Amino acid sequence: MSADLDIILKKYKQGKREDLIPLLQEIQEVMGHISEEAIVKIGSFLGLSTTKIYGLATFYDRFRFFPSGKIKISICHGTSCFLNGSQLIIDKIKEETGVAQGHTTRDGNFSYEIVSCMGGCCNGPVININGKYHTHVKAEQLPELIKRLKYVIEND
Amino acid sequence: MEDLKTFLIEKVLTFESDTLSPDTEKVLQQVRREKTDKPVIFISSGTSSVIAGSEKTFSAIESYIKDNGPPAGLVHVGCTGPATYEPLVCIQIPGKNKLYFRNITEEKVEPLLNGVFHNDINTDDLAGQTGTKGFELWSGIPFMDELPFFKKQKRVILSNCGCYDPESIEEYIARGGYRAFIKAIRHYTFEEVCDIIERSGLRGRSGGGYLTGLKWRHALNTSSNARYLICNAKESDPGAFTDRTILESDPHRLIEGIAIASYAIGASNAVIFMRSGSDHAKNRLQKAIDRAREYGLFGHNIYSSGYNLDINIRVEPGAFVCGEETALINTLEGKRGMPQLKPPYPTTAGLFGKPTVINNVETLMNVPLIMQNGPEWFRAIGTENSPGTKVFALAGKGRLSGVVEVEMGTTIRSILDDIADGIREGREFKAIQLGGASGSFITEENLDVKIDYEALRDKGIGMGAGGFVIIDENTCMVDLVRYYMEFIRNESCGKCIPCREGTGRMLEILESVIRKPLNEESGTTLERFKGVMQLETIASVMKDTSLCGLGQTAPNPFISALKNFRDEFEEHIFDRKCRANICRGLRTFSIDVDRCTGCTACASKCPVNAIYGTRLQPFFIVEEKCIGCGICFDICKFSAINVK
Repeated sequence: MSADLDIILKKYKQGKREDLIPLLQEIQEVMGHISEEAIVKIGSFLGLSTTKIYGLATFYDRFRFFPSGKIKISICHGTSCFLNGSQLIIDKIKEETGVAQGHTTRDGNFSYEIVSCMGGCCNGPVININGKYHTHVKAEQLPELIKRLKYVIEND
Repeated sequence: MEDLKTFLIEKVLTFESDTLSPDTEKVLQQVRREKTDKPVIFISSGTSSVIAGSEKTFSAIESYIKDNGPPAGLVHVGCTGPATYEPLVCIQIPGKNKLYFRNITEEKVEPLLNGVFHNDINTDDLAGQTGTKGFELWSGIPFMDELPFFKKQKRVILSNCGCYDPESIEEYIARGGYRAFIKAIRHYTFEEVCDIIERSGLRGRSGGGYLTGLKWRHALNTSSNARYLICNAKESDPGAFTDRTILESDPHRLIEGIAIASYAIGASNAVIFMRSGSDHAKNRLQKAIDRAREYGLFGHNIYSSGYNLDINIRVEPGAFVCGEETALINTLEGKRGMPQLKPPYPTTAGLFGKPTVINNVETLMNVPLIMQNGPEWFRAIGTENSPGTKVFALAGKGRLSGVVEVEMGTTIRSILDDIADGIREGREFKAIQLGGASGSFITEENLDVKIDYEALRDKGIGMGAGGFVIIDENTCMVDLVRYYMEFIRNESCGKCIPCREGTGRMLEILESVIRKPLNEESGTTLERFKGVMQLETIASVMKDTSLCGLGQTAPNPFISALKNFRDEFEEHIFDRKCRANICRGLRTFSIDVDRCTGCTACASKCPVNAIYGTRLQPFFIVEEKCIGCGICFDICKFSAINVK
């Protein structure tokens, strides 16, 4: 864990303020989320207080501070998907997983996020599950789909 | 490969004359895949194609060729435009025109290729053909550019999209690419490039419409030891995907545009600021930059001109407001992406306090073309005050959707009726939404307005960055306005009070309008009506006093919806009805006694047990208990549930 961190930090030799966001992004990409340890390390590396870093990271939507679920769902909520009923999809997924967007279920299986446009406007509503796109999604398909996904990870 | 690189550099890129030698042209034809000895299959591979399943189609074709087909080339190309036709497959038989087939999903591959290779073409999936000089025509097949979708378009900056492999710099050079950049750094001074762009009358395509050449000159005339160019590819409006399509389909022209713009302002550092979540576009762009670097187009002393340039990609960490110039600069500096008061404008003090020019993708895409063809060529396209073309992302309820490019001066009606081919399933047209969450609605009466900065501004409509959402009668305007307001409320940075508090308050009022009263005491008509009167006041305060464009334009969808669809708002407030049956809080359900068979399906699924009855007898719904979720409506197999 911290070995990974050191490798990433080494890439940013000079350690300037403008490296902060790319650094956080890279740490999130490698580790999946930004841990407390990472924030403390970045702080001493860049000479910034941890509150400043945390304040910046929480301003932006893309940073996560706890691990995401084994199954990551992104739901497109762009205008076109909205017109085709993405709100129903969001409500259904919220109901099925029982957590709010950006959070992870207690068993660590599911997390979901709402994104603004994926670019599949004529196939909406579009959702993406672990990198695989599902088009023309209907709310009533979701319980079955989620049950199946859960079965797959639990028997893996 | 190495030979081709040296050849292209010596005979094309650094070739001094404008016309290339015939021998060179012959090689370039091969690079462009115009002269081939075996069939070539082109598959579009942008995000919209991938979502529609083009990757599966690709592997199906690959295995078909491997197993039983004749040897054929297989190439990934960018998006051609019509997203509704994805996955779009184009087949070129040597010596004949290219044929385009639409919606080729995995299972259609085998019959299609069997047909094409045995001269028995299935015309059901056929979209059209495109011609190259001296090639044999397919009789009885329409030309792609004569299809209504393409006929009314003028594809200038999208001309390369869908025609070449975006990862191949060779093909781009063979199409005349990067010569304008090399000519600029070898033969023109900074001022001359600014001058050419200024004479062309190119205006920033991000919505404001500021003259690009003038902006560059401001930055150039500010004395400084460093300058920066930022390409704003943030495009975070919900429902806009033009920039992403361009990045995925023609990254090299954008890079060339950035390089020329950087040279014009004397910047030695350029940054492309991308939206998060479009990894496909980012990877393509990164590959394109790496290839350009291999060809020596970036780095120190480029082609012995004494000019140095480096280019980097930065991905935004997720904030809508970062698209605003000063907020974008703050983000790049590693701070919270909050806007600042202007002036000073970025052209005097931008990134790290140095003069900075920020242009969006579409603006920069025009630059290489203007340098190649001259400012007069550009001036001849479009209208007097707004030369050039405009790219839109058609989305929503039109029959066709996708990325389109029209000449300035085209009417909105022509885009709706000709290019988008009207409304899906013959429904009634309601409005067009230009410019996303900060744009306004265009109704029937304004459909004949022309796409032109001044003409639109006279009608109080903003050009926006490229969102063109078609709305039909099945959409509730109140709900749509609420959706945009929710989006802005979530994205407001919180720096200034009018935007932070105003958006939250407006959203609260709009939600009270579409929510069912929880009991008789709360949410009376009078309170809702008072709320709506306040909405107008809040909107005007936000417009006047917000710090940045996000807050100033946030009430736009509401203001224009209230102006055009006042009756719909009043219906929601007084009659508590939603004519489109979208607002779930306002729906009332009842059971048709004649149709109900008493199957108990609805009663068992009702989450609040509001449906009562005896088995095999008609059931009924207790309205006071009903929460309007609509599950009974979805589950009933006998259409016995009525919605009002």
